[in-house]
Amino acid sequence: MKNRLKVLRAERDWSQSDLAERLEVSRQSVNAIETGKYDPSLPLAFRIAETFGLSIEEIFSKD
Amino acid sequence: MTMPASMRRYTFRILGFGLLYVIVLVGAIMVMKQPWAPRGIPAYGLAILPALPVIGMIWTIFRLVVETQDEYQRFLFVKQILIATGLTLAIATIWGFLENFDLVTHVPGYHVTVLWFAMIGVSGAIARWRA
Repeated sequence: MKNRLKVLRAERDWSQSDLAERLEVSRQSVNAIETGKYDPSLPLAFRIAETFGLSIEEIFSKD
Repeated sequence: MTMPASMRRYTFRILGFGLLYVIVLVGAIMVMKQPWAPRGIPAYGLAILPALPVIGMIWTIFRLVVETQDEYQRFLFVKQILIATGLTLAIATIWGFLENFDLVTHVPGYHVTVLWFAMIGVSGAIARWRA
């Protein structure tokens, strides 16, 4: 699964740690999702979408 | 960065069960050396007592998985436990066959648990390698 987390973070000038704090997960988790090593669960994907004020489809897409 | 509550509870429980293990083991050995040491069924009970804190440590490791809120960290813990379990079973199986062929000495069964704890440590690095 592809995602636009890195771009979306950059647009908001958030570091991985900033996003991790907002999502209440570890920075390592944000990095794993961002680099495609780990696909988040649906509840976490909804939290990510909510944090960016976007829909899940606007952040995540199929390969 | 502060330690997550689940990890604090894990540390507290592991240390608690570790301390309890030492106390119970030393106590059980001392009692068994006495002339009035229990015989029969009570002796079995006394012999099993040191195993209980060890079972507590195993429970603590599984509780860490249940209580970890960060799902990616939880995934890594599960991966770590599975790798450790696989390695432990593999080593125990190999050792068992070596024993059958009289190539190595007999090892008490509870050493499997000790090995599993050691493998939990080793597999932590494997599970998190490039994670």
